Amino acid sequence: MIAILDYGFGNVRSAQRAFSRHGIASEITSETQMCIEADGLVIPGVGAFAACMDGLDAVGASAIVDARLVANRPTLGICVGMQVLFTTGVEHGVTRNGLAQWPGTIEQLQSDVLPHIGWSEVQVAGGSTLFRGVTNERFYFVHSYAAQKWEIEPSESLAPAKVTWSEYGSAFIAAVENGPLSATQFHPEKSGDAGATLIENWIATCR
Amino acid sequence: MNKRPSIRIIPCLDVTDGRVVKGVNFTNLVDAGDPVEMAKVYNAEGADELTFLDITASSAARETMHEVVSRCAEEVFIPLTVGGGVRSVDDVNKLLRAGADKVSVNTAALARPELINEISERFGSQVLVLSVDARRANTPSGFEVTTHGGRQSSGVDAIAWIEEGCRRGIGEVLLNSMDADGTRAGYDIEMISLARRHCRTPLIASGGAGSLNDFEKAIAAGADALLAASIFHFGVFRIGAVKEHLRNSGYIIR
Repeated sequence: MIAILDYGFGNVRSAQRAFSRHGIASEITSETQMCIEADGLVIPGVGAFAACMDGLDAVGASAIVDARLVANRPTLGICVGMQVLFTTGVEHGVTRNGLAQWPGTIEQLQSDVLPHIGWSEVQVAGGSTLFRGVTNERFYFVHSYAAQKWEIEPSESLAPAKVTWSEYGSAFIAAVENGPLSATQFHPEKSGDAGATLIENWIATCR
Repeated sequence: MNKRPSIRIIPCLDVTDGRVVKGVNFTNLVDAGDPVEMAKVYNAEGADELTFLDITASSAARETMHEVVSRCAEEVFIPLTVGGGVRSVDDVNKLLRAGADKVSVNTAALARPELINEISERFGSQVLVLSVDARRANTPSGFEVTTHGGRQSSGVDAIAWIEEGCRRGIGEVLLNSMDADGTRAGYDIEMISLARRHCRTPLIASGGAGSLNDFEKAIAAGADALLAASIFHFGVFRIGAVKEHLRNSGYIIR
């Protein structure tokens, strides 16, 4: 069973439809135990970083994500649901702590025209599981902020994260695959057939 | 890797009572089909996004629209923008819950610009498209905003209004030329070019597409996305043909 974290932000119905398209049942829930034990957990998110974090704190998301990762259970953040996995978000001069699974700051993209809205190419990380079978495809982005640096140094004791990049004005992180924790800045649930393939690939990791 | 997103081609479905309609200059309506069936066809043909415009927007019709949006979101997995009759944060909330990804505001924002702030503060600017029905007029920029499908003057300068919208928190501008709409005589290139220079968000151009070259000219003038209705509904051009033409002209297309 896939749980879609319900904390008042993010298009939870779209996420649910993206799974039902593949014949996969999902539950929109904020119930702690269900979120911890689900085969896969999706953290959606749209709007402001700080507002999303308030909603996530209210449902105890930090402990949920920690418990899942300790148990090696797949967890997928989408859009702002990806951004909150980093240490800090800075929007409109407001700095807010994130869930801090990854070091880094979410900052405004460096472009005269914002938000970044549309279908952009991605530079897929070598050995990616999420993008398996996806070549030369574009994904749908709608955001003004992003992680623009990956700050975890490779080490011998850790499997390296697979970081997929895109570019709008400047380079930013489009997706991360880091053990059981994955995230996409784009919306796979709105990215047509390419997005469907990505979701299928993620579902396969949940079994 | 390309540094810009691809040019978006967006078919617009004008909907009343759950059916798609589109007529020249909004007055001579011709039934063109079921919105969800059309959405599926456009998706298969490579549409980058879809727009539903509720052109009656009476309260009874609005419920029908929510059903259409919901049905569409069940079957089509590309972004969906819905506009027409959006007057409050609550209207936006209902459309987003039905499955819309973005909503467009027009008349209600003109009447009460604070609506823009209220929507973007609640849901983020990325959900909000400012729809501007503009025509040539004796205002500072040479273009004014109209209401009621282009039939009435609002007295507001179109470019000043776009700038105000950007300040208040819109995520995108849909610029529709009421002079060109339905004529198939080409986009208003001068207006697009002027708007591009004053608009800090992506710009969707609409109104007047009649030949493949028209799309290209609008992009050259600064449009990030192109919206059209009747030429797609009546099969004058297929979306695939438009994209192929643009690709051959050197533009980035999905």
